[in-house]
Amino acid sequence: MGIAAIHISKTFGGVAALDDVTVEVGSGRLTALLGPSGGGKSTLLRIVGGLEEPDAGSVVIDGIAATGIPAQRRNVGFVFQHYAAFKHLSVYRNIAFGLEVRKRPKAEIKQRVTELLELVHLEKFADRMPSQLSGGQRQRMALARALAVEPSVLLLDEPFGALDTKVRKELRDWLRRLHDEVHVTTIFVTHDQDEALEVADELAVINNGRVEQVGSPDALYDHPANDFVMGFLGPVTRLGPRLIRPHDIDVFAARTSDAVEAKVTRLQRVGFEVRAELRASDTEPWVQLTRGQAESLALRPGDTVWLRPARDAATLAAS
Amino acid sequence: MTLAPAVARRGAGFRRGAGQSDGRVPLRTAAGLGLGAAVLWLSLLVLLPLAAVVVKATGNGWSGFWDALTSREALSALRLTVFSSIGVAALNAIIGTLIAWVLVRDSFRGKRVVEVVIDIPFALPTIVAGLVLLTLYGPHSPLGVNWYATTRGVILALLFVTLPFVVRTVQPVLIGLDRDVEEAAASLGASRFTTFRRIILPAILPAIAGGAALAFARAMGEYGSVVLISGGLQFKTEISSMYVYSQIENDELAAAAATATALLVISLVVIGLLDIVQRWAARHG
Amino acid sequence: MVSQIAPAATTDRSTPIDLGEAPTQPPRRPRRTGTYVLRGIAIGYVGVLVLVPLGVVLWRTIQQGLGTFWDTVSDPTVVHAIVLTGVVAGIAVLLNVVFGIGMALLLARYRFPGRRLLNILIDLPLAVSPIVVGLALILVYGQEGGWLGGLGVQIIYSIPGMVLATVFVSLPLVVRALVPVLEEEGLDQELAARSLGANARQCFRRITLPTIKWALAYGVVLSLARAIGEFGAVKVVSGNVIGQTQTVTLLVDERAEQFEPGAYQASILLIAVTVICIVGVSLIHPPEGRS
Repeated sequence: MGIAAIHISKTFGGVAALDDVTVEVGSGRLTALLGPSGGGKSTLLRIVGGLEEPDAGSVVIDGIAATGIPAQRRNVGFVFQHYAAFKHLSVYRNIAFGLEVRKRPKAEIKQRVTELLELVHLEKFADRMPSQLSGGQRQRMALARALAVEPSVLLLDEPFGALDTKVRKELRDWLRRLHDEVHVTTIFVTHDQDEALEVADELAVINNGRVEQVGSPDALYDHPANDFVMGFLGPVTRLGPRLIRPHDIDVFAARTSDAVEAKVTRLQRVGFEVRAELRASDTEPWVQLTRGQAESLALRPGDTVWLRPARDAATLAAS
Repeated sequence: MTLAPAVARRGAGFRRGAGQSDGRVPLRTAAGLGLGAAVLWLSLLVLLPLAAVVVKATGNGWSGFWDALTSREALSALRLTVFSSIGVAALNAIIGTLIAWVLVRDSFRGKRVVEVVIDIPFALPTIVAGLVLLTLYGPHSPLGVNWYATTRGVILALLFVTLPFVVRTVQPVLIGLDRDVEEAAASLGASRFTTFRRIILPAILPAIAGGAALAFARAMGEYGSVVLISGGLQFKTEISSMYVYSQIENDELAAAAATATALLVISLVVIGLLDIVQRWAARHG
Repeated sequence: MVSQIAPAATTDRSTPIDLGEAPTQPPRRPRRTGTYVLRGIAIGYVGVLVLVPLGVVLWRTIQQGLGTFWDTVSDPTVVHAIVLTGVVAGIAVLLNVVFGIGMALLLARYRFPGRRLLNILIDLPLAVSPIVVGLALILVYGQEGGWLGGLGVQIIYSIPGMVLATVFVSLPLVVRALVPVLEEEGLDQELAARSLGANARQCFRRITLPTIKWALAYGVVLSLARAIGEFGAVKVVSGNVIGQTQTVTLLVDERAEQFEPGAYQASILLIAVTVICIVGVSLIHPPEGRS
């Protein structure tokens, strides 16, 4: 079951936002749509949720064709970047909204809302107004609100984009744990690769309206299909004719077989790590070392060293 | 922007973040002189004259004021005026919101024409409006109706001049509404009507109330557009502004001032209430 | 709010779901009937209330023929009324611009006790019936018994009174057009200009005025339309002496009530002015939106 978006195309004002995109999400999985801003991921999400209609293609949710069914009847939970809180309703009424609209009995609503308030740790805020909540609290409320109607699918559109970095990290962990508890099929959109790598079971990288690669975070990070995916998911540098991750380069103080000679031009300490910029014959690679590694090599600007890709390093031919 | 109440946007204020300066500075001498000039100007033009009305009305003491206000003719005119104004404000609240909705959410050929036409009653000289309405709905009407000297005619005239008020106060609010809140409601299963009732309506209610209050105040004092079609029948189609005018013509200035004061007070109370409602709504929205 | 054709690199795993029955091209959703109903009500209401009556007046005027029109327009009484209206409106708008800019600056740039009161005072004219305006001015400036009546200058039943009445009713228009613009823009630029050494006058001329240029034009057009169209207050205050203190609006009133010709023709003139003003305002709007 799960969700499938098949051969979706959508054009806005002459520009193709999505071009024959197919993405599938297994039931109960947490999938991230990752890509740069304007790449089409939000559009895809909104099409899955029924907030937009595709020009071509179809959407299937839990085995049922959903294309043409408006958002009201798709039973999807949607969480927006800027919370979309109902400002004139209390937190309790916000969460209860979907149930009230379905005319559920008051007792049932009260039980469910209380459950959800506990789930998102907002029990003490039930009677507050959204304006009295912090951004992170508002987004937790929005999640509770979306979950209240027991949707078959949860869709999150850059849910942490409007929050401070620290709150973002906290909520990221919290979302992961929530998903482990609740197991709703979830798709979330983000342009932050760290977020996607940390939270998702599976990633789909979308760029310029097309899917670049789909797979687990490890698969995409270690075996990127092309240089876009490689560059987007993590740091990349060029060693000779290949693209490689800076932390996958071994540095030797003495000449070694299959190693490229390079001169250290700059050393920069960033917290726990050391970033070394070098110049080789025709490229200017940089290497990421731990403090320990840098100290044991006693690196200094001007030193000559030899660089070699680590044994299992993933590399791509540079285009 | 349109011709009709840009004045309704008074609340706008300087948009800087909370805790930041609003850019205003205290008065220095030059500006202080300017303030003095402004105060003098407003006093001569507005304060003094309005005060004179109140003073004249109460010149014969409270009993004199009350007697003049509640004379048969004055009272009948006031009753007609107040009830018509309330009715017109209420009708405008509904139809004005509908028109604003269509202008903001719908698109069709000729929408711009509708936008311009809505502004006409606000810009048109009131006496011309009166003549226009008399021509269509009075004697010699091409439609075959004759609403001259009827309350129907009075109400029609008031509807004409108050058309833009609710539309123009609600329109900007509708335009500024965050669509994702409506999408959230839809994703939670709310029908279009439910979304309107539970989500949109609470958000535009202050604007509707504001527009209705402006329409009420305008209708209370309207003269030029009503005077022709009303015919001024005492106790039947004479509105308060016409009564005041006839008292001025008869040099009964105290009687005129009494009703004039009542008109002023009622309009000001309504506008004051509206201001309070809007502040309350702003704090909760 | 309401805004490279190459084969896709699709997923390389799992089988697609069989969708024999799912359409590949979703139907374009037709407008709901509700939309058409609402649209119909809105257009119908506005059309019947405003357009039809205007249309009838236009038709009547045409019916009465071009001859009547020329007779009206060349009638010296009418000409005098037009000139008088122009003079009164012109002076009123001028006064409103001068004081309006001053008061707008005060409200937008300075903090002082009573600022809220000033705000309320400026908006007050909107809530006052034009007849009451006339009465109020008579009580202060009337030569018999007015508070300031003994000044020796005839105000009531004469042009100064008409100017005062017209200024009263159009007072808020210029101020309200300027204040939002002054509040939102120009402050930073003024501070920058000051820091570069500009004095108050230079700052005003080079920075403030250009900033409010379009808002001012907008306010002037509004004010002018209002001033030309004022009726009730001027009727009370002018004494309506034909050929002397009769404006075009008063003329329309008199001709209509006395069943004399010319009411429609003069009205057409006023309608034309109104339409020009509305069109003018909508032309001013786009530059305002761009800044």
